[in-house]
Amino acid sequence: MRAERAINASVSVRDLSLNFGAVQVLKALNLNIAEGEFVVLLGPSGCGKSTLLNCIAGLLDITDGRIFIKGRNVTWEEPKDRGIGMVFQSYALYPQMSVEKNLSFGLRVAGLPKDEIAQRIARAAEILQIEPLLQRKPAALSGGQRQRVAIGRALVRDVDVFLFDEPLSNLDAKLRSELRVEIKLLHRRLQNTMIYVTHDQIEAMTLADRIAVMRGGVIQQFDAPQAIYNRPVNRFVAGFLGSPAMNFLEGKIEKSGPELRFAADGLSVPLSTYAFADGAQTAPGAAALGIRPEHVSLNSGDGWPFSATASVDVVEPMGSDTLVWLKLAGQKFSVRMSSERAPQAGDQVTVGFDPMRASLFDAAGDRL
Amino acid sequence: MNIASKSPILTTDADGFAGPRGPKPRRMLSRRNIIVYGTLLVVAVYYLLPLYVMIVTSLKGMPEIRLGNIFSPPLEITFEPWIKAWSSACTGLNCDGLSRGFWNSVRITVPSVILSIAIASVNGYALANWRFKGSELFFTILIVGAFIPYQVMLYPIVIILREIGLYGSLAGLVIVHSIFGMPILTLLFRNYFTSMPEELFKAARVDGAGFWGIYLRIMLPMSLPIFVVAVIIQITGIWNDFLFGVVYTRPETYPMTVQLNNIVNSVQGVKEYNVNMAATLITGLVPLIVYFVSGKLFVRGIAAGAVKG
Amino acid sequence: MSESQTRPPNRLLRNLNAKIASIPMILTAVVVFAGGTVWTVLHSFTNSKLLPRLNFVGIDQYTRLWATPRWLVSIENLLIYGVLSLVFSLVIGFVLAALLDQKIRFENTFRTILLYPYALSFIVTGLVWQWLLNPELGIQGVVRNLGWTSFSFDPLYDSSIVIYGILIAALWQGTGLVMCLMLAGLRGIDEDIWKAARVDGIPMWKTYLFIVIPMMRPVFVTTLVIIASGIVRVYDLVVAQTSGGPGIASEVPAKYVYDYMFFAQNLGQGFAASTMMLLSVVIVIVPWAYLEFGRRRRA
Repeated sequence: MRAERAINASVSVRDLSLNFGAVQVLKALNLNIAEGEFVVLLGPSGCGKSTLLNCIAGLLDITDGRIFIKGRNVTWEEPKDRGIGMVFQSYALYPQMSVEKNLSFGLRVAGLPKDEIAQRIARAAEILQIEPLLQRKPAALSGGQRQRVAIGRALVRDVDVFLFDEPLSNLDAKLRSELRVEIKLLHRRLQNTMIYVTHDQIEAMTLADRIAVMRGGVIQQFDAPQAIYNRPVNRFVAGFLGSPAMNFLEGKIEKSGPELRFAADGLSVPLSTYAFADGAQTAPGAAALGIRPEHVSLNSGDGWPFSATASVDVVEPMGSDTLVWLKLAGQKFSVRMSSERAPQAGDQVTVGFDPMRASLFDAAGDRL
Repeated sequence: MNIASKSPILTTDADGFAGPRGPKPRRMLSRRNIIVYGTLLVVAVYYLLPLYVMIVTSLKGMPEIRLGNIFSPPLEITFEPWIKAWSSACTGLNCDGLSRGFWNSVRITVPSVILSIAIASVNGYALANWRFKGSELFFTILIVGAFIPYQVMLYPIVIILREIGLYGSLAGLVIVHSIFGMPILTLLFRNYFTSMPEELFKAARVDGAGFWGIYLRIMLPMSLPIFVVAVIIQITGIWNDFLFGVVYTRPETYPMTVQLNNIVNSVQGVKEYNVNMAATLITGLVPLIVYFVSGKLFVRGIAAGAVKG
Repeated sequence: MSESQTRPPNRLLRNLNAKIASIPMILTAVVVFAGGTVWTVLHSFTNSKLLPRLNFVGIDQYTRLWATPRWLVSIENLLIYGVLSLVFSLVIGFVLAALLDQKIRFENTFRTILLYPYALSFIVTGLVWQWLLNPELGIQGVVRNLGWTSFSFDPLYDSSIVIYGILIAALWQGTGLVMCLMLAGLRGIDEDIWKAARVDGIPMWKTYLFIVIPMMRPVFVTTLVIIASGIVRVYDLVVAQTSGGPGIASEVPAKYVYDYMFFAQNLGQGFAASTMMLLSVVIVIVPWAYLEFGRRRRA
């Protein structure tokens, strides 16, 4: 049954391991990607996300496991036979060739008929709006134009699966957000499966149908962006996503009567609204409560299941929003709020939030 | 015997996955490996052959050489040729062996290496951090000068050395080596000091350090690797020099290479190939030791030193 | 008004230490390199014999030079040796570098072996190959003793092919350097280019030929200039291996210059010949410098 599901998927990675000498870079990974899905591999540098992409592309020899693309076992196949196209961070355009030659080189080597090649190039150039650039050399192109050509080179291969290896990392912030939108449009138009590696959480959140958050060669969580954002499975995922970062209060879970509460240095947070993973069977013990700065409110009445008073340390205006830093239970705590209502440093404020929006983690860092 | 277990990579797993698994099997003797390693092995043997022949020839007696095969190992090992090459081989009228040339070369190489590196490192530092009007122009002339054939400048230098009374002396040759080592070494140091963070230099100036203070206390301690590279370039280059040695010294002060050539290519007497090869090997020993000891630094040096030609 | 301000320090004294440190460079650049070159070129138009004299005779020395058989042989040798050693060392050096770049085992060992001859002097190289190419006891003798008695390989004693004997030794000594420069160039190629070519399904040899080699153009040009300026200077190797013989069959320009300056007591000829050497270097260097400089200006 599981095998069948994997084989029906667009890309399926099964028990994939990769060792460089004694170092385990990827540890028995499993990943099923559906037809037409946009999946982002997200993680800090060195987490193995690029390595995983290179394994799927066939550019690295794996140590164990299997890889299926469109239901076909491609574990031992050459990259060119896997039905993939790939876009690289450094663009990897052939510098001595014009854009047109860059796009057509692989096709000519494969021996495709001339008119077929011309047709594919025309289509790719139209989609990416690079028709006026076709006769130029890569050196005469801007960074954004180069990346378009690099995408074009994957496009003309007429493949099922597109692999992107940090394609926007070499661009400045403005171009990055422009091209991000274009890649999203491209996906909507082509409906191909796309696997996209990045360390930028905004790219991940905006582009992905599903995000695979990786760390230390292991996929931590593989889910829709909102699910990962709202219900991180562990403290690493919770802390990695979101900017400004999630607040963590160290404390413990206590049982008072039938009710569970989170206690930390004078604070006591009722957990009756919190959706425990095990249905509130959790035993008391050390825990951390995580809450995103935008899920906390200041001075907004007492309708909150939890509220406490604190004094403001620092106020950081960020344009549309303002980040307010204060101490809660002796620990650093930030609140994101609209700028008009922001307090001043030194003010006494009331902090309130609904534990429903919080995430609780046990001592090992796993979600409770 | 379980046949299926012999090829686990092609079996179907319990959960239904089938087909190739794990790394693609590669044969040790694939066509690619045979071509790559085969070619490299043949080339390596070809490159090592002269060294091998030098060694075995220098350990044979003359009768064995006349009868035998230059590639065969010595039947009877003798160190006689080495001793003769070192202490009693003849060049013209002198018969005190290569030892004199060896010590001449040492007396030439050591001061030349020190002087040329001292001049070039300070100079490269001045060019990198204390540019003055015209400094780049002189530097450009210096670098262009590196490409001028030495033959063009041979005689003018003879005149200069004669004027200052150093023609034919070791000191004169030391100056010549410092002059011709200058372009490459200055380039090497200038590029190295330019690549060092400028903030470091600025911070030292703000702290009140001057030209020599910054050089001695900040630049010098931070640039040990490049000094080692420079020493490697200079030792091998100066030790291996022939042209300047033959032009600017007298027979008593000939460096080793000149003396070696005179021993081997002298027309008088019977050719003693074993002594010749021992002498050749002894002369090559110093740069070979530098090469094998320095390893990667030598490679780094030649990338820069190649310009010297 | 100006009295109230402190006078600016003397311009010559500004940055004085740097100027003092640069004196050796300035002297070398101006007196030895520029001055010496001008001096030699100037005296090549004189009839200096034992001592340099400014007794101008126009281009007499050059007319004599180009009428001297030994000079013509030297030039012919230099051309054959130069073209062949350029082609062979570039091709062999590149192929070896490409082989070493295949993520092979023992890469360091192979590189050490291929490069060690470069550490040796031309004198040592010349003498070893003189011995290996010895007709009775060297390679030819060994092959004949194996039973192939008509085998003939004695370049150093055959004036029609002696320059190839020198070429063999020169390639043995210098290819390692070219290999090293090429390997550095190959390592400078973006890893992603190789990946892109693999995804595109381009065979390795086509990747080298159409993508990597064109990308390494600057490395090739630099290597070319380095080899070429070494070729013009070739001297020690010939002295050690053949002393210019048999007869004058393996003479080269650098040796011509030395012999006329320091043995034949004919300085004018030596100056004229060395000026011709300078000219040949200029012919190589100027287009290169123009390309380098031109490229930088365009960038």
